[in-house]
Amino acid sequence: MLKESIMNKKITRRSVLVGGAQLITASAILPRFANAADELNVLVWCDHADPKLLQPFEQAHNVRVNVKTYEGTGTALSVIEQSQPGDWDVFVIDAPDVPQVAKQGLLAPLNKDDYPWNDLFEQIRNAPYNSVDGKLYSVPEKFGYYGIAYNDSKVDGPDMSSNDVMWNSKYKGRMAVYDYYFPVIQMIAISLGMKPSDVNVQNLEEMIRPKLLELKPQVSLIGDIVGVQNALVSGNVDMIVAGAEFAVSVLATERPELQWTIAENGGLIWTQGLAIFEDSKKKDLANEFVKWVISPEGQGLLATSDCYWAMPTNSKAALNDAQKQILRWDEQPGFLAKSHLSFLPQPELDAAMLELWMEFVQS
Amino acid sequence: MAEITHPPIRGGFDFSKWAIVPAIAITICFFVVPLIIMLLVSFWQRIGGKLEATWTLANYEKFFTKSYLVDALFNSIEVALVTTIVSVLLAYPLAHILAYRVPQRWQRFALILAVLPFWTSYVVRSYSWLLVLSDNGIINVALQSIGIIEEPLSMSYNRGATVLGFVHFFTMLLTLTIYANLVQISPSCRRAATDLGASNFQVFLRITLPLSVPGIAVGAFIAFVITIGDFITPQILGGNTELLIPQAIMLQIGRAANFPMASVMSMTLMVVVTVTYFAFAKYLKMERV
Repeated sequence: MLKESIMNKKITRRSVLVGGAQLITASAILPRFANAADELNVLVWCDHADPKLLQPFEQAHNVRVNVKTYEGTGTALSVIEQSQPGDWDVFVIDAPDVPQVAKQGLLAPLNKDDYPWNDLFEQIRNAPYNSVDGKLYSVPEKFGYYGIAYNDSKVDGPDMSSNDVMWNSKYKGRMAVYDYYFPVIQMIAISLGMKPSDVNVQNLEEMIRPKLLELKPQVSLIGDIVGVQNALVSGNVDMIVAGAEFAVSVLATERPELQWTIAENGGLIWTQGLAIFEDSKKKDLANEFVKWVISPEGQGLLATSDCYWAMPTNSKAALNDAQKQILRWDEQPGFLAKSHLSFLPQPELDAAMLELWMEFVQS
Repeated sequence: MAEITHPPIRGGFDFSKWAIVPAIAITICFFVVPLIIMLLVSFWQRIGGKLEATWTLANYEKFFTKSYLVDALFNSIEVALVTTIVSVLLAYPLAHILAYRVPQRWQRFALILAVLPFWTSYVVRSYSWLLVLSDNGIINVALQSIGIIEEPLSMSYNRGATVLGFVHFFTMLLTLTIYANLVQISPSCRRAATDLGASNFQVFLRITLPLSVPGIAVGAFIAFVITIGDFITPQILGGNTELLIPQAIMLQIGRAANFPMASVMSMTLMVVVTVTYFAFAKYLKMERV
């Protein structure tokens, strides 16, 4: 049939040229159209690379989610600077960094009404860094604490209830520190009776610097999450300073002796948020992704991601009893009440903190 | 060795003159241009979270006036030097045995064994060493079980562990470069020296060692350059308990996106590597390895 139809048409040089041109044009354009609606490029922390989180969204929307993982906002900004506008659609970002990135014009404003806003924990949804000039740029999706993660069989539990354990000579050489200046400096500020937001360049030098440098002889390792986790699991250290649920909860079934806590004198809350890039050409699809992650089902899956566990911001997250127990879910209202939000340092203070951190590593 | 020359192609296209163009193009695109960009960025500043093309030496001034950054530079040089020296001292006897003691039919098998560490991922190899050196690692468990020690020895997360991780890798690399050099030394040179009454030690000292210097120099230079710029091994085995320049660069980029300061540190490393190159240049004869 097809053969007859082709044979009946007169094939001229002109028709071959026109047909060829159409074929080339189609082959150049069609894949772009084919991909336009079926791919979403997301720049995320590793917990969003878990297929069990992505697959339900991909199936529901018939799309493929391309994931690029990073650690540290600086790294993410480097990736963005080396990309073309529109390359990225969704950005999972450390919430305190949202204003800095939003002021660069990289993020699109969001609408609270699109999300179950009132189901999010109050302290987390009202954090000052989700919005800039009254416009919402980030939906908080996951949070946790910087506290102490420890091996319960190696330490005295009551010692862990205060940040002062960092300087307890009993644990000299038995502690690892998470290699991130921001939480460690704020934890020291809390142990000195300050609010994290009270930290400034002057008291950083006069009060916090001596305590930070005093911590160094206690420490046998300063590492990234995998490094400090590995040290705790292998028995090289007995505790992680600035570690908590994100460092040990994922191991809870195999290693129940690995525990975490926050200090009685105040924990430090970290938050990560979902943002949409201003230059994204698929803002609607990106928003659907944000809605999925912030839904009770998405939140349960994100909280228990293979990469690391932490608290879902949605208080109605779908967690089973065992998961709730590991995350100490029922204790969250109390934990939140006595904890401080990580604050937003000005660039000058941020640079001073980083310099102090390098001095600490070298000391 | 006689140099092989090709007669010019009369009336045709002399391809040999142009054959070098791809190499030059690649070097310009992927080395010279990025290096110039890095140099330019090192004079910029990050102000208020944004990069600003303000031409200043402030970043260089900061680098050389902050004692912990200067210490980091010396730490990096020390680690690279110690690694290179220890690797040479271990690799030379190994290469010598391979070249002169192992029967020829076994040499290929021995060389395959020598390159085996290269087949393993760099990160996996570092973590494997951590399992050996850790408090609950093979060495401590063995020593404790036979009663030699009661408390585990602290062997991980220090400079020694970092150097050990590097040496494991570079000893094998240097073995290959030195071996390749040793087998090129004409046996008649050593035989002539022996005939003239030289002892085995004198033959080694006066003939073999001087003629094998290019192999040592090439391997040592590669070991030094890779070690001084490495980030992974100090992070995993050294526990990041002392600041090295690659760690400082990572902090500047990963945490602060401060490319100007990171560029200053990278340029400083480039200067160190360039000085090292000129120190080795006399002996860097690639055709001898």
